[in-house]
Amino acid sequence: MVKAKTIAVTKLCFMTLTVLCGFLSAAAQDRIKIELNMGQERPRIAVPDFKAANADPQTAPLNTVFNQTLWNDLDNAGIFDLVAKSFYPSQQPGQPQELQAKAWGDPPPNAGVITFGNLGVNNGKVDVQGWLYDVKNPGAPQILGKQYKEDATPDMARVIAHRFADEIIARLGSGIAGIAESQIYFVSTRSGNKEIWSMDYDGANQKQVTKLGSIALSPRISPDGSRLAYSGLTRDSWQIMMYSMDLGRTVAFPRNAGDNFSPAWASDGTKIAFASSMHSGRSEIFVADANGGGARRLSTGKGDVSPVFNPKTNGQIAWVSGRTGLPQIYVMDADGSNVQRMTDQGYAVSPAWSPNGLLLAFAWVRNYGPGVLGGSDIYLMDIASRQIIQLTHDGGRNDFPSWSPDGRHIVFQSNRTGNEQIWSVLADGTHLQQLTRQGRNSQPNWSFK
Amino acid sequence: MNKSTSNRIVVLGVLAFLMVASGCKKKEAAPPPPPPPKAVVANLTANPTSIEAGQSATLTWSTENATDVALDGNKVDPSGSQTVSPTQTTTYHLTAKGAAGTQEATAQVSVTPKATPTPTPAPTPTVTDDQLFAQMVKDVYFDYDKADLRPDAQQSLAQAAQLIKQKGWKVQIEGNCDDRGSTEYNLSLGEHRADSAKQALLQAGVGADAIKTISYGKEKPQCTEQNEDCWQKNRRDHFTLLH
Repeated sequence: MVKAKTIAVTKLCFMTLTVLCGFLSAAAQDRIKIELNMGQERPRIAVPDFKAANADPQTAPLNTVFNQTLWNDLDNAGIFDLVAKSFYPSQQPGQPQELQAKAWGDPPPNAGVITFGNLGVNNGKVDVQGWLYDVKNPGAPQILGKQYKEDATPDMARVIAHRFADEIIARLGSGIAGIAESQIYFVSTRSGNKEIWSMDYDGANQKQVTKLGSIALSPRISPDGSRLAYSGLTRDSWQIMMYSMDLGRTVAFPRNAGDNFSPAWASDGTKIAFASSMHSGRSEIFVADANGGGARRLSTGKGDVSPVFNPKTNGQIAWVSGRTGLPQIYVMDADGSNVQRMTDQGYAVSPAWSPNGLLLAFAWVRNYGPGVLGGSDIYLMDIASRQIIQLTHDGGRNDFPSWSPDGRHIVFQSNRTGNEQIWSVLADGTHLQQLTRQGRNSQPNWSFK
Repeated sequence: MNKSTSNRIVVLGVLAFLMVASGCKKKEAAPPPPPPPKAVVANLTANPTSIEAGQSATLTWSTENATDVALDGNKVDPSGSQTVSPTQTTTYHLTAKGAAGTQEATAQVSVTPKATPTPTPAPTPTVTDDQLFAQMVKDVYFDYDKADLRPDAQQSLAQAAQLIKQKGWKVQIEGNCDDRGSTEYNLSLGEHRADSAKQALLQAGVGADAIKTISYGKEKPQCTEQNEDCWQKNRRDHFTLLH
């Protein structure tokens, strides 16, 4: 129900003019859609279940996990039209010689490409063979053929499906890598206090990372995935802390005076920006080297927080400032010069810069005041034109958007179910999915790759 | 002779014996087996091993037979040195990996607080002091999204300042927000609220070294109901006596 309403409203906005929509002309909508790599036509892909290669008792259950994961990964990618299974012909190819291309390329399935293959468990290993074929062109050429062999566990069946899906997406999706192997880091209360957790991009494999034992906030994984920065409450102050994913423990990071929070990485892994009250007792934006050394103050305002680098150039930083009263989004050059205010009203927080450098996602209560209950929605702004699209509409508090590495998805926190949980959505508002259910979960951060 | 050399001689001897015993016609001796990989050695020292807060120490390390050396996760040269200025006692870890395995070495730098001229010692706070503090240094409350002190708060703080000075107390000011705003911005707003109270105490003559501030944002609410009564209770500075 939620999903239909979002799509209906979004489609209404996309199809009508400024007068009805409120902020946005059709041309600007198209512009933002193109920037999200979602303006082009979507290939029609058929994804029949892979065939069981043998009668080993482990084959069928792993095949089920594999097929579900592969379907979801291709469906979630946001660049395909998956042919409805009700249109599939009765054949199920497990090998290229079994493929009847015409049955798939003709109506009713009318597929452009098909992925198919087989999976079998042998001696505790799962073997998968997968193909991607063009069924529209004469001769039905092969686009991809892959083989995988891993330990026969549900986890590895998922991993193989993720890898294969990413291969297909990279081949057919304008050269942008798939996200099926990416991770999301977030804050969860389910262990008793706020700690940093991680999960696969589709919500699988949720596990605790930090064991701070007090309050851990604002996780930010490094571009190479080896270190997790976050803000942790010590006995007397907040400090930026660094967890080594390789070593499985926190590593030394310089302690600063005052409170230090909301870390952010430059996309080349060499710098960390963060908010600190070390200088004036009020929070200001600082930038340091990746090991925490050489911290220098950037922002001249006070009440500054939540910095984020432009990941395409690392030449700019967006952040939140309360210098005029309610928080607004600002952008400056990475040396602190050329400060520009981006939002003009309401309560605007949590900027997130798209991987292609063209868009800012943020959380906004457009009309904010003491009488108004604190509902906020996720918005996307085209930086060059300052045009804005509203992404969430269903009420409640939606906050902390974070972009996927392919620039097509956004993960965010929402309390629409009654308490804070993490949701993902395609940047055109479709494919809304709840990823967490246990405890209270917030501040998601999507990995760089 | 060392163990690896004596091992080598034994192996050679056994091979020679086998060749003779099997009637092998080859005239050349069998080549010796490849020597085992050399053991990885790692050393890390700190100089000095004890500093005052604000000073520096030099970490010096050396390794042997290592291809991959890291100091607390950062890749470093097989031998080198680095200046560090920890603000609290820290143990540094050097990890050296080589063909023979991995070695770790550690060094600790102890940090003692800066030596300062002894001030007039403040009387050790007693149970009575805690009660007095709670009575006389009360929470102050803020308007929605604001960090400026209301008139009643200014008055309350001016009075509290006199007692704080007289008793020589050290105070922690904790800034808090209601739960409606965003987590990170609320940490900043709480910081602002704590700083507002600090400025008022400074103006009333309390020394800067008697005041510590911290923001809890919306992380430590006093109540969780979704109504203005509860929200107002959470928009506050809370004061604690530091012992």
